[in-house]
Amino acid sequence: MASELILKYMREEHLPHIWCPGCGHGILMRDVAQAVKNLGIDQEKVCLVSGIGCASRAAGYMDFQTMHTTHGRAIAFATGVKMARPDLEVIVIAGDGDCAAIGGNHLIHAARRNIGITVIVFNNDIYGMTGGQYSPTTPTGELGTTAPYGNIDRPFDIAILAAGAGASYVAKGTAYHAQQTIKLIENGIKHKGFSLIDCAGVCPTYYGRKNKKGGAVDMMKYQRDNTITVEQAAKMTREEKAGKLILGKIAENDFPEFSSEYQKIIDRVRKEER
Amino acid sequence: MKNKVLMQGNEACVEGAIKAGMRFFAGYPITPSTEIAERSAVRLPQVGGKFIQMEDEIASMAAIIGASAVGTKTMTATSGPGFSLKQENIGYACITEIPCVIVDVQRSGPSTGLPTSPSQGDVMQARWGTHGDHSIIAISPSSVSECYNLIIRAFNLAEKYRTPVIFLMDEIVGHLREGIEIDDEQEVEIIERKMKVRPDVLHLPYHVNEGEDVPRFHLTGYDIRYNITGLVHAEDGFPSNSNEVAHNLVTRLMKKIENNVDDIVEFEQKYCDDAETVIVCYGGTARSVMSAVEELRAKGEKVGYFRPITVWPFPEKQLKALSSKVKNIVVAEHNYGQILLEVQRIVKDCKIGFVGKVDGTVITPAEIIKAVEEVK
Amino acid sequence: MSKMEIRLAGSGGQGVILATIILAEAAIIAGKNTAQSQSYGPEARGGMCKAEVIVSDEQIGFTKVTHPTFLLALTQASLNKYGVEAGEDCVILADSTLTVPEAIKAKKVYSLPILDTAKTEVGKAFTANIVAVAAINGILKLVSKEDLEAAVLRQIPKGTEEINRKALHAGQKLAENI
Repeated sequence: MASELILKYMREEHLPHIWCPGCGHGILMRDVAQAVKNLGIDQEKVCLVSGIGCASRAAGYMDFQTMHTTHGRAIAFATGVKMARPDLEVIVIAGDGDCAAIGGNHLIHAARRNIGITVIVFNNDIYGMTGGQYSPTTPTGELGTTAPYGNIDRPFDIAILAAGAGASYVAKGTAYHAQQTIKLIENGIKHKGFSLIDCAGVCPTYYGRKNKKGGAVDMMKYQRDNTITVEQAAKMTREEKAGKLILGKIAENDFPEFSSEYQKIIDRVRKEER
Repeated sequence: MKNKVLMQGNEACVEGAIKAGMRFFAGYPITPSTEIAERSAVRLPQVGGKFIQMEDEIASMAAIIGASAVGTKTMTATSGPGFSLKQENIGYACITEIPCVIVDVQRSGPSTGLPTSPSQGDVMQARWGTHGDHSIIAISPSSVSECYNLIIRAFNLAEKYRTPVIFLMDEIVGHLREGIEIDDEQEVEIIERKMKVRPDVLHLPYHVNEGEDVPRFHLTGYDIRYNITGLVHAEDGFPSNSNEVAHNLVTRLMKKIENNVDDIVEFEQKYCDDAETVIVCYGGTARSVMSAVEELRAKGEKVGYFRPITVWPFPEKQLKALSSKVKNIVVAEHNYGQILLEVQRIVKDCKIGFVGKVDGTVITPAEIIKAVEEVK
Repeated sequence: MSKMEIRLAGSGGQGVILATIILAEAAIIAGKNTAQSQSYGPEARGGMCKAEVIVSDEQIGFTKVTHPTFLLALTQASLNKYGVEAGEDCVILADSTLTVPEAIKAKKVYSLPILDTAKTEVGKAFTANIVAVAAINGILKLVSKEDLEAAVLRQIPKGTEEINRKALHAGQKLAENI
């Protein structure tokens, strides 16, 4: 019997989802539902926008206003939604490739503009939908079907990238640390400006198998045993932090939010007209 | 109040769009369309609308679709290179049936080409630029007044047929300043979204009523939680792998335009009743043709012109009928022969001549006259 | 009035585009048909710049100037290029600092101190285009002085009315003294 949360926030008739056994995306999707529930936001008021990739399929499963768009462009679509309907809670669910490779430009500019949308990254360090190619977050030296001799790219830290680009709320979560991650997503949604929660997922099918990380349980255990808080990380050297996952808030500030700044322009111009 | 003002084609296009109800514009600067973004930035907040300069053309296209999905009339404007970038998301608007207007002020190409020079090289891109089978409407204005009046029609057709409409301008008209009469009190037909009335199908965003070709709206962002996807989808809006669903969807996307060409197609013809030679032209090129035809008529030559205003769908039936009455057809366009292909497909019994130009200058009336002489 | 095909040429920054827009605006105010266009591009950032306006009582088909009936040249380069191209029915107005090339076959060449009048008499070099517009209208009698002034006032930034009126009068005087 599905839980009350699933019955209310998921489209049961479109489940089971297409994700592989052991995929972390199911947990992260549940986290998003729980965060919305905790905040008590009406489902009609949530517009969930996604692009293309494994993570993006969440839009079809979650019972909100949902828009499954083109690869990499979810944030740009969401920008249009937010401008037209600032009253909606606009949430983007994106994968690491979707968000930081093909969609990297939209990510940094939405962060710079500080438009009030919340981006939740289901970050599994791999292109899963297409079968295991290395992504912009695949660590150097790891394997992918397109990095058969080891990845020589250096990975992005999406959270740091977003913070550097001006995002006004940035945090990192993991699939394992559900309670903390739910709280961070809640805070991100509540935050008025551009928020991003970079959530470490697990992809046992492609990333795990290719890189000999064991099964889904081993990968979850890895998250359990190798996650440090932002505060702990601050006291550690680069070498000590190698291989660790970070949990917690990276940045928060009160930069003005774009759609409300634009409303001020409308009000000012119309006042001058009169 | 009736008012004759001097206006640029690009500016008139914004004024018409606002009249049609455009309240959101997303764009990216590109010559020779930039004035459209600039004027939108000034005018939209004055009418309570919104303008945003996005990080690129792809994002601009995405943003107008997003805003339209939740109920706002939207537009973007660009030129060749940006038009190419928008194509993927134009396809998304086609399959999700989200209305929007894309202005392409054509310039010389390919690639960066001659950014400030006139061209009509995007005609086929307007038709088939996005991948996969889809229908499209493209409208080409020939004067500043038409930039105003026809963009209103572009918005109306976008709403009526739930489709992206390409407003296919060119540098000649975009940068031209002419007098245009704007009558504030004049009643203009503005088509709004046709809403669902049957309560039993409210939850099916792509349900089409019997006898209709286009699904009615019930807006996303309000009481019913719809899904919109670029995947092939059933009438409930959710992805489907059914071959039957795929066939029916793509077929309907094509047929909703094909079945309504008589409503959509618009063209102008002049001096065609007794014409021996007819010149086919559209957009800014028509201005050269109009002068040439007047000059030839003054000399007693039996020459007329046929001007598709909707370039897509092409006024096929009308040209076919005309071609049975004339000896020669000359196609004039600022490219290497794109509408020429369409004319060759449609017209079987006439001698077909062509005048095209790809050097960045405007085809002159003298060059048209020469082509008419040559075809005889 | 038959169809006037007017071409203005100079260097970027001299305001020749605005000058053609003003002439077009004046034509509209006077109830005539007009078509104004310009060559865009890097020229607008300081190189050679050309703008055109057609004024006619008839409807205008082709919108570009092919056989100018009037040419204003404010730089030597533009006079050399467009002046020599101009046909026998063209009237040329060149700034008096320019040397008129021998190859010119135009009907008439007027030489007037447009740039100098703007700088010394009006007191602002940037008003040269307004001086020119007034001189052109004085020569061609396109529209009434009132319509031209109304057109100028529609197109210039607020707060510059006085200096532009001064430029208009100075330009009119130049044409009257021909």
